[in-house]
Amino acid sequence: MAKTHITTSINGEPVEFLCEPNQSLLEVLRNTLGLTGTKEGCGTGDCGACSVTVDGRLVCSCLVLAVEAEGAEIATIEGMAQGETLHPLQRKFLEMAALQCGICTPGVLISARALLEKNPNPTETEVRFGLAGNLCRCTGYDKIVRAVMEAAAEMRETV
Amino acid sequence: MNRFDYIRPGTVAEAVSAAAVPGSAYLAAGTNLLDLMKIGVARPERLVDLNYLPGLDAIEALPDGGVRIGARVRNADLAQDPGFRRRFPAVAEALLSGASGQLRNMATVGGNLLQRTRCPYFQDTASACNRRAPGSGCDARGGENRLHAVLGWSEACIATHPSDFCVPLVALGAVVEIAGPAGPREVPLADFHLLPGATPERESVLAPGELVTALRLPAEAAGFAAHARYVKLRERTSYAFAVVSAAAALRIEDGRIAAARLALGGVAAKPWRAEAAEAALVGAAPDAAAFQQAAEIALAEARPSGDNAFKIELARRIARRALRLAAAGTPERLPALPASPFAPLSGGLHG
Ligand SMILES: Cc1cc2nc3c(=O)[nH]c(=O)nc-3n(C[C@H](O)[C@H](O)[C@H](O)COP(=O)(O)OP(=O)(O)OC[C@H]3O[C@@H](n4cnc5c(N)ncnc54)[C@H](O)[C@@H]3O)c2cc1C
Ligand code: SF4
Ligand code: FES
Ligand code: FES
Repeated sequence: MAKTHITTSINGEPVEFLCEPNQSLLEVLRNTLGLTGTKEGCGTGDCGACSVTVDGRLVCSCLVLAVEAEGAEIATIEGMAQGETLHPLQRKFLEMAALQCGICTPGVLISARALLEKNPNPTETEVRFGLAGNLCRCTGYDKIVRAVMEAAAEMRETV
Repeated sequence: MNRFDYIRPGTVAEAVSAAAVPGSAYLAAGTNLLDLMKIGVARPERLVDLNYLPGLDAIEALPDGGVRIGARVRNADLAQDPGFRRRFPAVAEALLSGASGQLRNMATVGGNLLQRTRCPYFQDTASACNRRAPGSGCDARGGENRLHAVLGWSEACIATHPSDFCVPLVALGAVVEIAGPAGPREVPLADFHLLPGATPERESVLAPGELVTALRLPAEAAGFAAHARYVKLRERTSYAFAVVSAAAALRIEDGRIAAARLALGGVAAKPWRAEAAEAALVGAAPDAAAFQQAAEIALAEARPSGDNAFKIELARRIARRALRLAAAGTPERLPALPASPFAPLSGGLHG
């Protein structure tokens, strides 16, 4: 089967790749492009470990075909820190130990950033509801929720 | 995932003729279809991608006061559209109670209507399933079936339709607009999904190649905006399919119910409109006795299809609760946990 040539942008950089129609965006990010920050938990939309944004919209990359990336702007965890400077969410996650094994963490961070872009001052329930699509088997969520609330407070002060 | 040809039509006419070839399937967001392809339940030879079709992504106010929603509109965009949300709050609440933020951002209106059952045996290619493999039997009978249907099921299949969105839509009289090889047609949503009977593999009235282009809500549906709710009981507070759910909408004039709508989710292979219960509510005072009676009527024909007799009583209670919440008035803002039955309710817990 002929591979399709895709031109896209990932974390602000132009990127081209070849893919089969039956490859997911997640597969191409990880296996073709070596961007292994985005994780595969389930492959079926349940866990959110594969969360990325496509044209600013938070999605599960395991259920997006790579061919759909043509002309899109994709943002992954690799673009979250600016050089050595961590994003406030990343910093709070470290400071407050909001991760254990770390498999869910890239997806949680990408989701949390998308949530705070829409709602910079969420209640605890809104954070929990907003992050419901990101499953974590280690932390019990409390530390994640607190870290997101604290990062949100800090981000509100700095704008 | 199996290999397939990938086709990206530029017009509805091209899409319809591409999908008329046997073995084709339409791809919307893929949150259900790609999932089923990964586990081998769906094996289309050709995917006809709808994501680039122009003209199917608008939410249009119609001159007569109704609304048309293009088949490609994303679930999150519809729920968050301020005009839509104000006029059809129960629909927005149902959408927000479904899946996760990621999935609602992706999932389309058309795909939500046509999503397949969550019956675990349907999803397991090693199990017998008349819906997936006609004539093979039904491993849900005598298996794990506590979440299966209590209305409209048949000996061949006891699965339910999992959509939340469809429940208020069917209550409010939505109409499905369809394009196909034989030209355009429209079908009321109430007649769109098929009960299993002897042919559970036929899930909707769509003929091969037919495409859902839009959904329409009639003007009168907006007349319920002040008293419209969706309530969904899940096995955890959010991010789960409905065990049972109900959409209730009332028009209250001079302390009496002037018009009523009631539909149930999670109980049958289609969103279940309870018209006899609606009729019984008209003219009554919006009180516990009327709601109790309506709930009894709505479930009058229900019978367990397995270990699920509890769903019948649960559905009665959820119907009553939805009616009581609707009577109390649509809240200014949707609750932070949409459709949660744990929302405070005046006058006792077990509405
Ligand atoms: C983890 C998870 C949790 C979920 N939880 C919920 C929930 O709580 N409540 C709920 O209601 N839903 C839930 N869903 C289901 C979700 O709503 C559906 O997967 C989604 O609505 C399907 O839309 P789609 O655009 O992705 O459709 P696709 O997956 O692209 O398509 C689904 C089916 O519809 C057909 N199709 C799509 N568009 C058209 C069209 N215009 N005309 C004709 N045929 C078409 C496709 O061929 C396919 O057969 C959940 C899904 C997942 C993965
Ligand atoms: S209930 Fe229906 S979908 Fe489930 S196994 Fe039986 S035939 Fe298949
Ligand atoms: S890997 Fe995509 S949701 Fe789990
Ligand atoms: S830290 Fe291990 S899954 Fe979340």
